[in-house]
Amino acid sequence: MFLLKLILKNAFRHKLRTWLTVLGITIAILAFGLLRTVISAWYAGVEASSASRLVARNAISIIFTLPLSYEERIRQTDGVRIVSGGNWFGGIYIDEKNFFANFAIEPKTFFDLYPEIILPSEQKAAFIRDRKGFVAGRKLVEKYGWKLGDAVTLRGTIFPGQWDFVLRGVYRGRDKNVDETTFYFQWDYLNEKMKKTYPQRADQIGFFMIGVSRPDIASDVAARIDNEFRNSIAETLTETEKAFQMSWIAMSQAIVTAIQLVSFVVIIIIMAVMANTMAMTARERIGEYAIFKTLGFGAAYIAALIFGESLTISMIGCAFGIAFTFPAAKAFGDALSTFFPIFNVEPKTIYLDIAAALVIGTVAGIFPTWRSIRIKIADGLRRIG
Amino acid sequence: MSLLPNIPFSYNIKNLWTRRLTTGLTVGGMALVVFVFSAVLMLAEGLKKTLVATGSPENVVVIRKGSDSEIQSGVERLQASTIETQHEIAIGANGMPLVAKELVVVIVLPKRGTDKGSNVVIRGISAESILLRPQIRLIEGRFPRPGSSEIMAGINIAKRFTGGGLGETLRFGMRTWNVVGIFDAGSTGFSSEIWGDVDQLMPAFRRQAYCSVIFRLRNPSEFEVVKTRIENDPRLSLEAMRETHYYEKQSEMMAKFLRILGISLTSIFSLGAIIGAMITMYAAVASRVGEIGTLRALGFRRRSILCAFLLESLLLGFFGGIIGLFFSSFLQLFTISTMNFQTFSELAFSFDLTFQIAYQAMGFALIMGFAGGLLPAVRASRLPIVDALRAA
Repeated sequence: MFLLKLILKNAFRHKLRTWLTVLGITIAILAFGLLRTVISAWYAGVEASSASRLVARNAISIIFTLPLSYEERIRQTDGVRIVSGGNWFGGIYIDEKNFFANFAIEPKTFFDLYPEIILPSEQKAAFIRDRKGFVAGRKLVEKYGWKLGDAVTLRGTIFPGQWDFVLRGVYRGRDKNVDETTFYFQWDYLNEKMKKTYPQRADQIGFFMIGVSRPDIASDVAARIDNEFRNSIAETLTETEKAFQMSWIAMSQAIVTAIQLVSFVVIIIIMAVMANTMAMTARERIGEYAIFKTLGFGAAYIAALIFGESLTISMIGCAFGIAFTFPAAKAFGDALSTFFPIFNVEPKTIYLDIAAALVIGTVAGIFPTWRSIRIKIADGLRRIG
Repeated sequence: MSLLPNIPFSYNIKNLWTRRLTTGLTVGGMALVVFVFSAVLMLAEGLKKTLVATGSPENVVVIRKGSDSEIQSGVERLQASTIETQHEIAIGANGMPLVAKELVVVIVLPKRGTDKGSNVVIRGISAESILLRPQIRLIEGRFPRPGSSEIMAGINIAKRFTGGGLGETLRFGMRTWNVVGIFDAGSTGFSSEIWGDVDQLMPAFRRQAYCSVIFRLRNPSEFEVVKTRIENDPRLSLEAMRETHYYEKQSEMMAKFLRILGISLTSIFSLGAIIGAMITMYAAVASRVGEIGTLRALGFRRRSILCAFLLESLLLGFFGGIIGLFFSSFLQLFTISTMNFQTFSELAFSFDLTFQIAYQAMGFALIMGFAGGLLPAVRASRLPIVDALRAA
């Protein structure tokens, strides 16, 4: 108990220095937490994917399509419960800056396949009835202030022309990791317009989303589907939804690695600051430590004093840092919602924050402790600050 | 005027040396911040250089109206022929207009050493394509012959993708293609592409239309004229832009991302380093109160004390900046390859250190030193002589 009191008294002897250090650690932990959240936002799509869903696409690459006729052949494959085709539309709302994902989907099967997308049944019925209808995520609707029945026009980049839509439904995510910024409309609308303007591009599907009857047979079903279309003009590549999402992340691996590295750099920077504070503190108190030794306190006690002080400061900083992480993540997520539709602070990030603060506090204490323990009592008493 | 106007410079150096550990830690922290600061600037510069060098201002790219990139675009054969007849197009040495009708698709190829695939741009080229891009330099083998299954690979592809090397074969579009040449296009995006005859690649990928038409202007100032004519032609519904502008637009999103990331990171990091410098300088002042009193008693003015402490802090920043720049200069040896989300394809670019970045980084380091040292220096200069001397 006495030790604890002494540590606290020591920690706040130099108020200015301690608070500056705490501020430094707060900033570092905040930065670390935000960077970690950026990384988890990167992987959000992977986290949200289901083990019982497969994605089939053209094996050449994602920009090539598959014929609509494949849909029935996939449906007949053993183990396939449901198939739904879709196209990445790549439409632009007013300006390139207003980016959001927009897909053409088959509504009758799509909502069965994605139970985590929650749409009120009357809105769903209205969407299916209206060929020009679309549904959008709650966040997207809030961002642009759309109301049910509003007309929205997208400029097609892959599919030329101006495309008019009417908002028929607003969906919510069942879980926190469901992207609520997506725009879904009827694939039939896309196809019918393509039949008129570019007939050779009609009846083409970008990817099939496939629900399998049991998750454990997913890889067998994938192999069966790919076998079915081997050596055809459009060979398929079928993989689990998770692997499909991962393949996107793998392509931007360099950026993820860079952010990971940088998140450690910030910890090292603050470690230098903290170590500096502790080195100065211990140097000033070398005489006191010598007195402790004279009174018969051992090396362990002095080590406990220094590490205790170091950890106290770093943990206070950590607590502030974590407290600020949540509002900061909210502001950051709102500002960058174009890049990261899902931006949640994960519990894992908080644990990592605490671990980082522990490491900072411990590392900062090592050198001063070593020096204070080694110094001879007489030398310590002779030394002045 | 005082007799001793300025405190000698060696006083500052000796002070820093006395507190080696503290000085080292502070300088180290600053060096890391400068390192990150210059790394981000170098990355943005490298990206810009790559994309600007990919286009040349006298070339014009024609794509379908509304499409953002060649990959999304489609130019029918008839439309392409109409473009060919524009009289602003320069004439090459062989008397033919410098026009290239190209196909651009993205395919997945496995990387060397892993079974993971990555997206690669395949460009179907006409005879004039190479003339239009003077950056293209053949470093091994020969150019592919038109009308054959021969292709050439950019140097980044040859190095990093299975089957991309000279004499190797690649399989795509239900055909096998022989790599007969390796080309280097410097730090441009073309170095990450595979080129082959457009008339072979179009049937292989079942494409009816070209993706883009590229031509060189006879006179670069005629761009507006030809742009207006092409865009107003009701038969075409195409869009013309300068090649430089086109490639700049391709990386807008990536450049914005790097900029946001860079600015937010360095501003947070620099706060940490400024705090570090402040702690060091406050401690330096606190432990030298007696000295400061003596200096004042000797006749040094408040201003000299202020300058001396500021100078010391600026020195910390200076050393931090030098060390940070020294280490970041080694980053130039690395190449970053990542996916450009706007084109769905791999783009390789390297860190690029320019004098401007070096100045900015040094300026940034000195500002950090100044910001960290200002308050402690003011405190030192305000110490009353008598109290300061008593503390000694």
